[in-house]
Amino acid sequence: MHFTTPPYLVKKTSVQSVMLQVLAALLPGIAAYVWIFGPMILLQIAIATVAALAGEAFILKLRDKPLKLFLSDGSAIVTAWLIALAFPPLAPWWLIVVGTLIAIIVAKHLYGGLGQNPFNPAMIAFAVCIVSFPALMSQWPPVDLQASLGDQMRLVFGLLPRLDAMSGATPLDALKTALKVSEGTTTVSSVLADASTFGHLAGKGWEWVMAGYLLGGLWLWQRKIITWHAPTGFIAGIALLAGALWLWQPAAFATPLFHLFSGGVMLGAFFIVTDPVSGCTTPKGKLIFGFAAGALAYLIRVFGGYPDGVAFAVLLLNICVPLIDMYTQPPIFGKKGTQ
Amino acid sequence: MLQQLFKFKGGVKPQTSKTSSLHEPIGQAPLPARLIVPLHQSIGGTPNPLVEAGEHVLKGQLIGGADGWISSAVHAPTSGTVLAIEEHIAAHPSGLSTLSVIIEPDGRDEWIERTPLDYRTLPPERVREILRDAGVVGLGGAVFPSHAKLTASKTVPMDELVINGAECEPFITCDDLLMRERAEDVIRGVAIFRDLLMPKRVLIGIEDNKPEAVAALEKAVQALGENFEVIAVPTRYPAGGAKQLIRVLTGKEVPAAKRSTDLGVQCFNVATAYTAYRAVAHGEPVISRIVTLTGNVEHPRNWEVLIGTPLREFIQLGKPKNDTNGYLMGGPMMGFEMPSLDAPLVKATNCIIAASPTLFPQPPPEMPCIRCGACAEACPHELQPFEMYWFAHAKNFGKTQEYNIFDCIECGCCSYVCPSHIPLVQYFRFAKSEIWARERDKKASDLAKARFEFRNLRDEREKAEKAERLAKAAAAKAVEKKAAPVDSGAALATSPDAPVNADVAKKATIAAAIERARVQRETAEPKNTDGLTIAQRKEIAEIEARRAPLLASEQTAPNAETQRTQSTDT
Repeated sequence: MHFTTPPYLVKKTSVQSVMLQVLAALLPGIAAYVWIFGPMILLQIAIATVAALAGEAFILKLRDKPLKLFLSDGSAIVTAWLIALAFPPLAPWWLIVVGTLIAIIVAKHLYGGLGQNPFNPAMIAFAVCIVSFPALMSQWPPVDLQASLGDQMRLVFGLLPRLDAMSGATPLDALKTALKVSEGTTTVSSVLADASTFGHLAGKGWEWVMAGYLLGGLWLWQRKIITWHAPTGFIAGIALLAGALWLWQPAAFATPLFHLFSGGVMLGAFFIVTDPVSGCTTPKGKLIFGFAAGALAYLIRVFGGYPDGVAFAVLLLNICVPLIDMYTQPPIFGKKGTQ
Repeated sequence: MLQQLFKFKGGVKPQTSKTSSLHEPIGQAPLPARLIVPLHQSIGGTPNPLVEAGEHVLKGQLIGGADGWISSAVHAPTSGTVLAIEEHIAAHPSGLSTLSVIIEPDGRDEWIERTPLDYRTLPPERVREILRDAGVVGLGGAVFPSHAKLTASKTVPMDELVINGAECEPFITCDDLLMRERAEDVIRGVAIFRDLLMPKRVLIGIEDNKPEAVAALEKAVQALGENFEVIAVPTRYPAGGAKQLIRVLTGKEVPAAKRSTDLGVQCFNVATAYTAYRAVAHGEPVISRIVTLTGNVEHPRNWEVLIGTPLREFIQLGKPKNDTNGYLMGGPMMGFEMPSLDAPLVKATNCIIAASPTLFPQPPPEMPCIRCGACAEACPHELQPFEMYWFAHAKNFGKTQEYNIFDCIECGCCSYVCPSHIPLVQYFRFAKSEIWARERDKKASDLAKARFEFRNLRDEREKAEKAERLAKAAAAKAVEKKAAPVDSGAALATSPDAPVNADVAKKATIAAAIERARVQRETAEPKNTDGLTIAQRKEIAEIEARRAPLLASEQTAPNAETQRTQSTDT
């Protein structure tokens, strides 16, 4: 007769609904972003989304896959939004497009498409672009940017020359540079006292965006889209290392709280290391994966040459996923204590 | 309630859809025009038919005798005439046929002589035999012969007897109504199991969405003065899986490779306990069962139905709606689609659900696995279904075994929660059957290899022996020649004789060996004449009778050489 196979009852759920919930969870962070830095991020999100869907459609066509089914699953849009949020908001439009196409075509589809990519596509985009275009990827607007919305738009579309006044560094970069330049004569607290760059916890304004991501992440956890393991591990990895060094030399190292609310930590904790496809799957594995990524991100951002280390840390840990998963298989029903 | 409950991990909470079939009491299904009673209705051996076409049978008469210890008897569900014993489509998703006894009821519903017994006066062995011969099997769906589960482990003390009234699958309500309406007989059946197994405690687990059943059983336990504990367990599929219920009630986890008695616990379904009591105390074998008829029908209800009732007749009792597009046997989680309306209801049939496109819509298209782990969260056996899927999909069956695929109980929780709509259970069934098939093939090839090697060995040995004999003969000849060079005529006359005699002796020993091997083979291997109908056996007997004189004349002129070539061909 006509129907398929047991179970005949299935839960109302889909890849699309999972992806839509992830997008919804990004909204508080985006709202804070818009509130503090203006609506340019929305333009970047739109550019990335269009590029992602176009790239996805192109490669699906090449691969002879059903267009409608895969374009509507929402996964490409999630990648696009994460890329837009990770890139500088005034980056030229083509930079976002290049990053997104690399993520969708190379990092995702060349490895087999949805569910098959060993590396996080958004992080691949970030890594490729920061290696290829380091200057453009490090220009972050100050909170009190004086340019009009029109000028900002012209900047994005390359109709205005990129002036130094319009771009600065991230708070993380500012701290690192200040400490480096002074060669031990300044302390962290004196650098952070500069109210034009730094706020209560971390970078001025950025701390609120981070709080927005945290809120969205907690909602995802409450919705059981993600589990607590990877974010907790990630945050613990950063907090433990940062805390230890801060206790040792408070003048040379910023507080753990500063680090947690700077750069890509919250976005990474709840939206990047929780990516099920490229991350670990066992509870213990997720903890290890998160912790190691966090620790590595801290080491890269503090001792390495890049302003932030989340992307590289996550990509390096992506490689370790099969190994971690293999060694952290949980005991099964009836075989606890024997394995 | 002092009972501490444990939790099992995973599980899902589908809509239960049980209320519609609970409005009316259990109804008595009318006699169908024809009954199709499959002989194989339990796990284990297939019973042999004990009746012939044309024979009149009484209600409860044994028509298929248990074949071995793990097997269970089958009985005529009503009085009537045996029309045929033939292959008939079975209640199985494959749509394959099985040897069945077709009975036309005579309408008198005339019982055999029933002998009520007081089991307490009987040795436990005898009680188990009675249960086997009454066809008592697990009615929760597994149809494992109950008598074979009623022996406690010799080394592990029996702690708990768990009675399963959980009924966790959506739509099914037959156990619920049985417990409500026939609580005392259920409890009396449990007492039989208790007396055979001698556990320290008896725990009856019922999902907490059946408060009426809990109350009825509690009342019956009190009325009969038993100390059984009736326990409401949280409603969560598959709480009614034997291993899950044992876990919830006792905290023990029975691994796939062990029997529950190894952990001092045994589990039976409430309906099984009921039939055990009817069999022992009333002499009534299992010839009917309670079946829920629900889903896309006008009148959902529970019916007491004779085993062997064709699905076509049974569904008329519920008046299926027009858009019905199929019938499921069992629940929507683990059940299957009946292959044909001609298939009969059997002991394993607890529920028939009329399906419709609105009730069970087509699932959306299958997407790739995104490794979200929802299946691992839902798996009650704490497996990693997405990993098993990955390897089953790649046909890497060794890896699926490393991920414990044989611990999978195919409950369907993983498929239920999968956002990619992957029919995970099907992949696992596929992998399991492929592994079984490969093991069978390997066994067969190992056997063939062993045979081949043995034959080579034998050929070589024979060659060596022959060479040795020839050498000896030559040596003897040489000696003779040396000893009596003069009497060469005599030597010439005797020497050709020696090898001839040796040849005859050799042929005789070979013939004897072949005969021994044949006898051994015949006793060791199952014959293809097992499990035939009486008519077929008669025919064979006639042919044998015709062949007997011919064989006798052949045997008077044996030809060792031809026999040898024949036997090496096999």
